[in-house]
Order: sequence, then C-alpha cells, then structure tokens
Amino acid sequence: MGPLLRIATAGSVDDGKSTLIGRLMYDTKTIFTDQLAALERASSERGEAAPNLALLTDGLRMEREQGITIDVAYRYFATPRRTFIIADTPGHVQYTRNMVTGASTADLALILIDARKGVLEQSRRHAFIASLLGIPHLVVCVNKMDLVDWSKERFDEVREEFRRFSLKLDVQDLSFIPISALHGDNVVGRSAESAWYEGSSLLHHLEEVHVGSDQNLVDARLPVQYVVRPHQDFRGYAGTMAGGVLRPGDEVAVLPSGCTSRIARIWGPGGVPVQDAFPPQTVTVELDDHIDVGRGDLICRPNNRPHVGQDLDATVCWLSDRSTLTPGATYLVKHTSQLVRTSVEHLNYRLDVNTLHRDESAGSLTFNEIGRIRLRTQEPLHYDPYKRNRGTGSFVLVDEVTNNTVGAGMIIGPAAQQPADVVWHAPAVSRDQRATRGCTVWITGLSGAGKSSVAAELERRLVAAGRPAYLLDGDNLRHDLNSDLGFGRADRAENVRRTGAVAKLFADSGAVAIVSLVSPYRQDRDAVRAAHAAAGIDFVEIFLDTPLAVCESRDPKGLYARARAGAIRGFTGIDDAYEAPLDPDLVLRPSDGDPAALASAVLARLDR
Amino acid sequence: MSTTYELTHLQALEAEAVHIFREVVATSPRPVLLFSGGKDSVVMLNLALKAFWPAPLPFPVMHIDTGHNFDEVIEYRDAVVDRLGVRLVVSSVQDDIDSGRVVEESGVGASRNRLQTAALLRGIADHGFGAVFGGARRDEEKARAKERVFSFRDEYGRWDPRNQRPELWNLYNGRHRKGEHIRVFPLSNWTELDIWRYIRDEAIELPSIYYAHRRSVVARDGMLLANTRFLTLSEHEEPVQMRVRFRTVGDATCTGCVESDARTPDEVVDEIAATRVTERGATRADDRISEAGMEDRKKEGYF
Repeated sequence: MGPLLRIATAGSVDDGKSTLIGRLMYDTKTIFTDQLAALERASSERGEAAPNLALLTDGLRMEREQGITIDVAYRYFATPRRTFIIADTPGHVQYTRNMVTGASTADLALILIDARKGVLEQSRRHAFIASLLGIPHLVVCVNKMDLVDWSKERFDEVREEFRRFSLKLDVQDLSFIPISALHGDNVVGRSAESAWYEGSSLLHHLEEVHVGSDQNLVDARLPVQYVVRPHQDFRGYAGTMAGGVLRPGDEVAVLPSGCTSRIARIWGPGGVPVQDAFPPQTVTVELDDHIDVGRGDLICRPNNRPHVGQDLDATVCWLSDRSTLTPGATYLVKHTSQLVRTSVEHLNYRLDVNTLHRDESAGSLTFNEIGRIRLRTQEPLHYDPYKRNRGTGSFVLVDEVTNNTVGAGMIIGPAAQQPADVVWHAPAVSRDQRATRGCTVWITGLSGAGKSSVAAELERRLVAAGRPAYLLDGDNLRHDLNSDLGFGRADRAENVRRTGAVAKLFADSGAVAIVSLVSPYRQDRDAVRAAHAAAGIDFVEIFLDTPLAVCESRDPKGLYARARAGAIRGFTGIDDAYEAPLDPDLVLRPSDGDPAALASAVLARLDR
Repeated sequence: MSTTYELTHLQALEAEAVHIFREVVATSPRPVLLFSGGKDSVVMLNLALKAFWPAPLPFPVMHIDTGHNFDEVIEYRDAVVDRLGVRLVVSSVQDDIDSGRVVEESGVGASRNRLQTAALLRGIADHGFGAVFGGARRDEEKARAKERVFSFRDEYGRWDPRNQRPELWNLYNGRHRKGEHIRVFPLSNWTELDIWRYIRDEAIELPSIYYAHRRSVVARDGMLLANTRFLTLSEHEEPVQMRVRFRTVGDATCTGCVESDARTPDEVVDEIAATRVTERGATRADDRISEAGMEDRKKEGYF
C-alpha cells in the first residue's frame, strides 16, 4: 500500500460527480454488497429503477429527503498502489464554505465539467477555490463524453476554454481527462471510445501523480504543540513538522524568544528514534540546552526564520451564517499551536468568486464571501505566507462568545505600509522580516539607584539567550555623542531626545535597546515614548524607585557628597527635581532583590 | 542513501491521530478515552500512549458497561488497564436500570444498545469530562462520514449535524462552555483494513474473540449471534456450534460474528481484504434499525 492521496471534489448532482465517486468506489471494490443492497432498497423506495449512486454519498436523512448535499463527506478507497481519501463537497455557491473546508487538506482537486455545457460559472469557482487554497494538482474531468459522441473537437474546446481561464489562477499542475462516469470510460481503465486520447485513465492518473515534492522541505518549522515532561531528566517538545527537515545535531532557534540551541535527539511516536524529521511527521524533540520553550513557540533554523509580527494581510473566507466580518471586530486567531486575540483592522476588498472582481467598497464579509483583510494580533505570530507554507500560513478565526469557527484565513504576508506612515524612503526590509523584533527598555531613576547594574545584567542575560541587545549608558554616551551637552534643563532634554532617537534605531534594527539614564523630566521621557509609538516600536519604561536616602548612602561616584557640599549645582534629588513616572510599565525597588533579581523582573515583563 | 521524505499511508494516519491527541491534551482540561476493549478503542489507546511517550497516559479511560459483555473482553480490558497502569472509570447501564433512570427492553431481540447513551452522558457529566475520545471511523456509516474530528456536543450531549464547526487544515477548535463537551475521533480517516494492518504491524494484542474459535451461535435476521446467558431465544431458534470470529465487539446481544478460519492478524487482513460485506452490515443488529439509525442515535448523544 502506497502513500496517501487526499482529493477534493466539488460539483453538483447534474455534472455526475456522485456517479463518478460511486464508479471509483465500485470499480476498486470499495462498495460492499450490503451497501449496494441498501442502495437498491433506498432507490426503489424512491421509485427509481436503477440504483442511485448519489445516495451513497448523501449521508444525512435531510439530504436524502431533499436530494441535496449539505456538508463535506469523506470517502475512502484504495488500490494496491495507493490509498485515497475523497473530501466530497457540493458545488453550489452557497457551499463555498464546504469547498474551502474540503480543499484545505487536499493534494489534488477533481473538477467535473459536463461536456455538453462546457465551462460554467461553477467550474470557474471550483478552480479558483482550488487555486486559492493552494492545491498543487488540478484534474479536470470532462464528463458525459458519451453524450457528445466522444467528440475530440468538443473536448479540445472545453480544454482550451478552461485553460484560458486558469491563466488567471495560480495552478501548478493541470490535467484534462475525457470520461463517462456513467459507463466507466477512462475512469479505471482506458476506453476504446476515445482512441484519440493519449493520456491515462483517471484512476491511473491518481495513482501516479507525484505529491512527495509538494511539501515545503526547505523552511524547517516545528510549532511546539505540547511539552512532554515525565521527569526531571526528560524535556521533550512535541509537535507536527510544518515544513523543512530537522535532524539531531542541527542548530535551531526558538521563537519568539530567539534563543538558540542544538537538537539533541528526535523521537517519533512511541519513542522511535528519528534521523530526518519532515512534514507531516509528529515528533518529540530534545534540545541540548535548558531553555524556556512552551506551547505556541516555534522551532526553526537560526538563519531561516518565519516572519514574526502582529500586523498581517490575509485572504479570508467567511464561514458563519450567523454573523458577518466587519472592520474593528475582534476574534481569536488559531494559527499553528498559537491562539491569540486579534482585531480586524481593515477590509481591503471583497472578491467575487465567479468573476474575480474586487469590490473595494465592501463594508463587510457575509457567509461564503471571500476578501482580503488586515489583522492586528495582540501577540506576535510566527508565520510564513500561505503560498510558501500551508502549515504556517493558515489560520482560523474563532468567535469568542459562541466559540464557533467563523473564518478561514490564508496569510499573504506582513501588512503593507500605509502611505500615510511613509515619511521617508520606505525600507526594503520590513521589521517583521528581521530575525528578531526589538524594543526599547528605558530605565529611569535617581543617580545611584542601581540603573547601570540592572541594565548591565539585563544585557548580559539577553545576549546569553541569543537575543541581540545593546546597552546605552547615559554616562558613556556623554563621552562622545552627547559630549557637547551639560546638565542644564535644556541640555538634559536634548540628552534624553538624542539617546531616545538612538535607542529607537537599535530597536528598529531588531535589538533590545537598554537605556540607563536618570532622565529626570517626565515631559522628555514621554516625548521619547511618543516617538516610539509613532514608529510602532515597543517602549518599556522602568522606574527604579530607590529612595533618595538609599542612593545618597550608596553614593558610588561621590556625587551626592559633592552636591551637598555645593560643588555641583542643579543635582537631581538635591537641588533639582526628579519627576517620577506616573504610569511606568514596571516599578523596581531595592526590596525586590539584587540587580540579578531586578533584571529577571524586567525579562519577565519583556516576555509578556 | 536517498531519502524520499514520504510517509506510508499508515504512518500518515498515525501522525494525524497523534497530532489530535496532543492538541486535545494541550487545550482541554479533562479529557477521557472511551475504552470498550473493542479493536478500534484498543488501537486508539495504543496511539494515545505513543503520542505522550515517554510520559504516562495523561488522562483516564472510561468503559460504558452494558452488563452484557463477552467475558473474554472484560478479562482483556482489566488486564490491559492493569498492565499499563491507566485509570479506568466505568459507567454502567445496570446502575441506570437499577435506579430507574432508564427502562430495559425485554423479550426476543431485547438490547441495551440504546440505553448506553444515558450511561455515557452520565459518566461524562459526573466526572466533568470536557473532551471525550471515541474510536468511531468515517468509513463505518453514512452519518459518521459527515462528522467532524472535533465534534461539538451541547449541554444535553446532542450532535447537531446542521450546525457543525467547519474544520480546516489541522486547526481543530475544541472550545466549549462548561457543561458542553467535545467528542474527538482520532481514527476518523482510518478504514477497517487500516486498523487491522496497524494491529498486525504493531503486534497489538486483542481480545481472543477477534480470532477464529468455536462457539455456540444462533442465526437471527441473517446474522450469527453468540448464544450467551444474555440472549433470550425464541422457541424456533436452535443454537449450533460454529467456527467464528467477531469483526466488532459491542453489547453481546446485538453483536454478531462471522464464520472464519482467521487465527492471526495476517489471516484477518487477508480475509477483510477479500470480503464484500461491511463490518457493521455483517455484525451489528443495532445499525439495522432504519436507514437513519445511526444519525438518530448520534443526535441523542450516542458514541
């Protein structure tokens, strides 16, 4: 028994889809005699002379009574060469949701066209959805060829018409097969009716199509799904490979922390040692270092990372008939093993699935509609564009109140810059494309409060964890960049402004900029915060609240003594004011512990 | 050595099931696995153990006990639970009958099949289980072919086929409120033949009645029913000795057996590959109630 092929079919009763599936199942001896007997019994109860193969696939009573198919049904059949799973969905426009669902896991899409009718709106819609969902292989069965006398000209016409349309789509592999599902021509075996047709039968094609290379084997991605920790000596990160190949000994990085380590061992289910882990294997990975890794994190290679970011553009299909998608609404987004809250920032356009026309005036998406949206997530996602990786590029939206799955999304990429934001040359590299995401940690407090000790420890810890960080120490900057500034109010404001601007550049480049600066005036600090906010960079203000008496008793540089003696004028805390932050992101006090403990508190705040 | 980076179909199905187990345990506070000693639940338990290796099974197993059991299956159940050190919860139909919560059918053809639903829902509610692993497969029956892997149940345990959550990629949504729960079917995409090939390849032990043995049986409605102490015979029925095996294991009063000489997993695989009758069609009186038999029971909260 060979590998698995997942097939999505779409179509209505008229185009013979059910008959084709019934034919495939019957000719591969998948329909059992008791199923056939039940079928004949049901058909005769409905007053039909011949067994109605459609009844095989219409599972629910409501469907049988109304002669419609309302949901995705899964069918199974196998040949000695391969095992097949068919996700069978109805073809009407009302069922776009089901088609998207069935197509989401498919390797191959089967589209039926009635030879007499040619390429209908419905055929185009099926092809579009197959291409949207990134199904690598598309097989078009031109059915009911017996009703057009097996005309090669008619087949060629239909093929050309479809091919012209498909040029607008992203289809990698397209095949056409003339068949008669009713009589079984070219379904399992080649038909004598179509001597002019030189291709293979449908089943032969399905058995032969090569899907092994459809997986992304380049970008190693392992979303951590579950941490297996039976005892102190074993800490395994379990997950399903979503891309690339990982091997024991490989250098890896863990997102979002950016910590690097090496793979010690890889285990398959039940503890089978694995040498090459590739999608869609489920594995448990042990790392050389004891770094903090949890569900929702992603293991990748240090030099091949996904995008990490909170603003992203996506194509979404709305799946709910009880609500609509409107800008401003919030949902939960389930992406790999991450579950975070997100808001819909913008609806760019609604797509007409029949004409591919983009309606930019649309204000909402309703049931079965597809459109392009921009999301802002509360926590960063680590993702790839859907076109590059279906596993790390797909998500679903969940309604927080009803818990229902309401949207299916395919990530296009980081949100494109809005024109109004571009006040200078737009960078060729967006922040999300950088290896890490930076921020500014601004430590303010009196002289002698312990800022430099905490800042130095914080920098050391970040760098040790593989995260770029750089300490901008107020004293050190006064040696060059700010060497022209004194300690008057205006000079101090300029000192804070320049340091803030430098910190912002470091943070923008992906580093954690750590600023250790008295920065006594609230207004100056707030201006730096505002500049960061405008650039979309996180700014974490930390107030090191060491009482003046403690600072003065420490007096590491002997400055307080000199200020008390009147040798220094305008010294903060003595004869110049220190304006404590009104709403700092974190307050640290000496009673909280030594500099290492205080640095840990900052790290914990950063990891939030 | 060249590597093809392609899984066999059984490896792909195993990976899918392992992913599902891990997803549920990572997101649901109180899962439980329905364990009857039947082959599907045995394979399911095996996959669950593999998913969390080297840790022990992070949830208990629950048996819905009709009281009409095959002795071999109960022995097997207790031996497995004992050997693996997993916690077993039993919810018994007899308790419901004794307390008057349900009324037992009587006479020829009487079965406790339908009464299992009450015991199942009571077991789930009593223990506050939020996710319930079941061994149902989509190839078994028409209504099951349309059920999700993560299947939502309302506070009454009911399945609403028209209101199922869309299920895309491998992104499963098991969120539910207190009192509601999720049924999870890790074997959704397995066929009977896949199950047996896996049992063969993994050398999984099963209750002995899955293999050919001689026993006293009664022919009824085109099926062979085991002549056990639970079966009420009509005056025309005459038990005969035959060489049989069971394709499914459920309530002893409605689970039929088939004539067979297959004594090993290999022989069973060969037999099934050649058979022309589905396992439920051959052996389950409970599915013959009507064309929509399974759908109706599922809506009430059945497995």
